[in-house]
Amino acid sequence: MDLFEYQARDLFAKHDVPVLAGEVIDTPEAAREATERLGGRAVVKAQVKTGGRGKAGGVKLAADPADAVEKARAILGMDIKGHTVHRVMLAQTADIVDEYYVSFLLDRTNRTFLAMASVEGGVEIEEVAVSNPEALAKVPVDAVEGVTEAKAREIVETAKFPAEIADQVVDVLQRLWTVFVEEDALLVEVNPLVKTGDGRIVALDGKVSLDANAEFRQPDHAALEDKAAANPLEAAAKERGLNYVKLDGGSVGIIGNGAGLVMSTLDVVAYAGEAHGGVKPANFLDIGGGASAEVMANGLEIILGDPEVTSVFVNVFGGITACDAVANGIVQALELLKSKGESVSKPLVVRLDGNNAELGRKILTDAAHPLVEQVDTMDGAAARAAELAAK
Amino acid sequence: MAIFLTKESKVIVQGMTGSEGQKHTRRMLASGTNIVGGVNPRKAGQTVDFDGTEVPVFGGVKDAIEATGADVTVIFVPEKFTKDAVIEAIDAEIPLAVVITEGVAVHDTATFWSYAGQKGNKTRIIGPNCPGLITPGQSNAGIIPADITKPGRIGLVSKSGTLTYQMMYELRDLGFSSCVGIGGDPIIGTTHIDALAAFEADPDTDLIVMIGEIGGDAEERAADFIKANVTKPVVGYVAGFTAPEGKTMGHAGAIVSGSSGTAQAKQEALEAAGVKVGKTPSETARLARELLAAD
Repeated sequence: MDLFEYQARDLFAKHDVPVLAGEVIDTPEAAREATERLGGRAVVKAQVKTGGRGKAGGVKLAADPADAVEKARAILGMDIKGHTVHRVMLAQTADIVDEYYVSFLLDRTNRTFLAMASVEGGVEIEEVAVSNPEALAKVPVDAVEGVTEAKAREIVETAKFPAEIADQVVDVLQRLWTVFVEEDALLVEVNPLVKTGDGRIVALDGKVSLDANAEFRQPDHAALEDKAAANPLEAAAKERGLNYVKLDGGSVGIIGNGAGLVMSTLDVVAYAGEAHGGVKPANFLDIGGGASAEVMANGLEIILGDPEVTSVFVNVFGGITACDAVANGIVQALELLKSKGESVSKPLVVRLDGNNAELGRKILTDAAHPLVEQVDTMDGAAARAAELAAK
Repeated sequence: MAIFLTKESKVIVQGMTGSEGQKHTRRMLASGTNIVGGVNPRKAGQTVDFDGTEVPVFGGVKDAIEATGADVTVIFVPEKFTKDAVIEAIDAEIPLAVVITEGVAVHDTATFWSYAGQKGNKTRIIGPNCPGLITPGQSNAGIIPADITKPGRIGLVSKSGTLTYQMMYELRDLGFSSCVGIGGDPIIGTTHIDALAAFEADPDTDLIVMIGEIGGDAEERAADFIKANVTKPVVGYVAGFTAPEGKTMGHAGAIVSGSSGTAQAKQEALEAAGVKVGKTPSETARLARELLAAD
């Protein structure tokens, strides 16, 4: 889960990383009092989860409280790379002498963590990595050992931070590492980390991404989720504990068991759809190994509620769960939806294979639901679902 | 022969007394796995009855090894206890730890992976978030259904559980030497490369099927490894061509970030290494059949 800048700032402050005072608002009028509290001047910053907001006009300096209201009015509602600005952060102004870059992240390739640091901060770090790779220091960090003072010093020396601020940066790096570990982050990035006129080192802008798998020990993280921005179907699916991703421009609703099989199902439907004017899958939905009637009903309800869906493909390989249980689940799910007064009017193509497949197919044949059609192979069923969606 | 797991393997289950652990211990026993014990400090000294087979419960992995000579542990403990369970297995120097648990925090996996390295990598780790591995007709360590296929000469390594089952089913008449589900998390123990190396060395494997998916660069690195080290024919499949950028597709590691981790790049890397890559699981199975018939 990627956080907004203001949320990252809050986490930094929680772990004593030096930051500037700031307030988040969502109406222009609120900027006046907030700016007064910040000392009469403020930087007005759009809160969007994308880079390049400065270039897009999403960061402006406000000279006084009235100006802050105008700047907030201009930025709120702005579209930055497809992200609408719903909130702005008003931050204390700073006298910036120098800008640096530091981050901790997961290094999948080497199965460890990585520190990156550069004295060329304030710009897109991807550009530095390409134009001047030697200016970007990369130092592996062992998960067990972590960022000790010696490790922090190694990072500072490798990146060639000036001697007069080395001790301060060493301290900030250790605090940022605490954020990274204590908050179960996959990325903690500060860009820029600045030196102010009075010689302080401050995290001016930050990016944090959190590990969703750590929710069991991070009860506070759920509140950081941007529920308003979530697709309504994705939000509804999440509420029911379903693993669902909405895809743009698709018309074949997909339900399957197992992440890999469902990803594969999307691809197979897209291939099959090429013969039907470019029919595409409408979603990813993994109902997991269990595939009970209730889970199946929940999944079907979400997918049938998607106005873009014109046909549904249920693709199940019976491994641990036997196909007869899955077939009963489908039959019961359709009855459950009917009893809830929801009209099921979209055709369902079902492919059952694996454990007890014949028994499962017989259950569906006997139930003879007018909208359910069975196809024995994954490729064949995908083609049929695409054909029905194109009608 | 087979890889990593044979009929000689003596298997213990960490978390055997929990509901998932019990269910799958019963299934593993039914498929002929030599389960010699379970681990639960609170139930040490007791036994659990699985349809007439009494399996002893030990207080720790070390005790279990001393009493039974166990060389494989299958871990079903809940995600919040997984790190400690794996570290216990590493400390006991058990040769193989299969971590089935899903939803393990990346910091925990990074920690036990680093710890295994510090202890000299005496324990091979498979997973986390994986279905385990099966050597058909010999032993089954994890949750892969044992009745899909029979012993044969195809080796299978896959990030995905259900695609593993699907591929075993497609090629069920030919059979498999071993099938290894390595899991789809951002950090995993045993990689495609480890399994490819083992299959290359295994005299009972004639062809390798490798299944990958979006996220990371494991498939690209496997392609480099194949080019340099694998003489046996390899058939590949990659899932996730239609996955949108920036969205996690079920597995924690299955995410395209910017332009990295795409299925397209993985397919191209594998093909450049001489691997035949199928567009669908069925086509992949057909390619495997053709290559085996041509051999």
